[in-house]
Amino acid sequence: MTDAEREELRRHGILLTSLEELYNWGRSNSIWPLQFGLACCAIEMIAAATARFDIARFGAEIFRPSPRQADLMIVSGTVTKKMAPLVVRLWNQMPEPKYCIAMGACAISGGPFKQGYNVLKGIDRYIPVDIYIPGCPPRPEALLHGLTQLQAKIRGEHLAGPDQAQHLRPANPGELPIPDYGAHDLEPPHNPARFSPPSLPRKA
Amino acid sequence: MGAAAGPLVRAVHDEFHGDLLEVSMGPQHPSTHGVFRMVVTLDGERIVKLKPVFGYLHRNHEKIAEGTSYLGSMPYTDRLDYLCSMSNNWAYALAVEKLAGQPVPDRAQYLRVIMAELTRLVNHMCLVGFLFNDLGTSFTPLLYAFREREKILDLFESLSGSRMMCNYQRFGGCRVDPTPEWLAAASALVNNFPRFLDEYETMLTGNEIMLARTQGIGRLNAQQAINAGITGPGLRASGVDYDIRKVDGYGFYPRFDFRVPLGAHGDTYDRYMMRVLEMRESVKILQQAFRDLPAGPIMDPKAKLRGFRPKIGEAYGRLEGPKGELGFHLISDGSPNPYRYRVRPPSLINLTLLEEMSLGHTIADAVVILGSIDIVLGEVDR
Repeated sequence: MTDAEREELRRHGILLTSLEELYNWGRSNSIWPLQFGLACCAIEMIAAATARFDIARFGAEIFRPSPRQADLMIVSGTVTKKMAPLVVRLWNQMPEPKYCIAMGACAISGGPFKQGYNVLKGIDRYIPVDIYIPGCPPRPEALLHGLTQLQAKIRGEHLAGPDQAQHLRPANPGELPIPDYGAHDLEPPHNPARFSPPSLPRKA
Repeated sequence: MGAAAGPLVRAVHDEFHGDLLEVSMGPQHPSTHGVFRMVVTLDGERIVKLKPVFGYLHRNHEKIAEGTSYLGSMPYTDRLDYLCSMSNNWAYALAVEKLAGQPVPDRAQYLRVIMAELTRLVNHMCLVGFLFNDLGTSFTPLLYAFREREKILDLFESLSGSRMMCNYQRFGGCRVDPTPEWLAAASALVNNFPRFLDEYETMLTGNEIMLARTQGIGRLNAQQAINAGITGPGLRASGVDYDIRKVDGYGFYPRFDFRVPLGAHGDTYDRYMMRVLEMRESVKILQQAFRDLPAGPIMDPKAKLRGFRPKIGEAYGRLEGPKGELGFHLISDGSPNPYRYRVRPPSLINLTLLEEMSLGHTIADAVVILGSIDIVLGEVDR
């Protein structure tokens, strides 16, 4: 059916859609983020929820204080090695399907504090990140843009077939291993199934 | 697992009190104001022990600064107390200027006062908003506070290029000169600010729930506060007349006519009132600063930024930040980067008496007491 035909039916009060479209439409317009801030970026996240930027326009204003009621984790701020296991534990406590936004330079790569021995060089070492928002801190508009990008991503997910959404694949583990404090660093330093450090080939 | 592991709630047997309950609040909790953890031991609903645990945001600020040039650590000071980057810049600039004997032109001194007082408005509004959030008002006072905060942030942004991380001050002056339009807009905002404060106070100050929940809660007497090294509005709420703007007279503060509000009871309500009264005083200072702002350069022509190598020596620069005394202690060995760099953060030191203030109160009161101390974890952990 062409879009014009579908529009014609819609004018007569008939809506034709697929289950997949309906499911994705519902999911993408009712994202519930976890109320969870780590550092400076969290203030901009709060600002995004206030009247001027109004994250409610995108159906994502219900910040939940409990991970069990949330489906979006906005990692806003510096993740330190003391905090990283707790972030992964919170992620594990969130029900599927769940999404992750890495907000700001620190959450993406360690940012300006990358030299620090205690700073995790990017949360994508342990949990899968859907959207990266650069900035230090990103403006609230940038967060809203990231959110709309995530909505677009959710709308493109497939319920079945070879490119089925991650959370529907039985082989895909929803729970990720929580790193432990080792003698020198977190053990393991990254989740090998999620992240592999870039190799630096040397010329002989 | 290490320190972060273990059950969230566990019973502790104590032969005098019977069974006590140990609850771990945080580091992810809506009312801990960031990644902060309180291990609270409860007898029924009363707190018998409270252990603050921090370090979840330890970002090595001091060590990084020792490895970078003097100018290079200026942006890191923005990220200490990320609500008041302008006054953090100034504190660091004061320390470096003391170390190098660097003079500052008059116009820059006035601009610094303007920026610091605007920052104080931002910080105190946020504090009041968050405090009411902790009282369970479901966001409304915070929405009002953020509405006004955005107006000030717009000014900061048009001046420095960034909303929160302003990075505006330099050793020997400021980075950019505001245009006459900017000054007119800022002056108009400041003149309208008391109207917002009236609106805000009508909504909050006489609120019955607020009075019941904050008066007589989290008392701190002057002796305790002085002994613990508490500074800022938290100290003045206990009736101690100590304001570094008056005591030290840094910048051009002796030229301004303003009053230092003092509390009498040292409870949560007084700490709230200190913030409201200080905002009114800040408006007075700002009005005077806009009136008297002289023309002239904003940077000392001999000031050196790149390749800056101060003489061997040490200096401690401090100012009255919105949260209390913010100080930077620098030791120079004549190289382009500091030999030792140490921050004296008000948030961390004000937090030390959290247990004494909370003992005997309920866990809901501890949340409000923590809110009234006004902490930012970027500064507590650094």
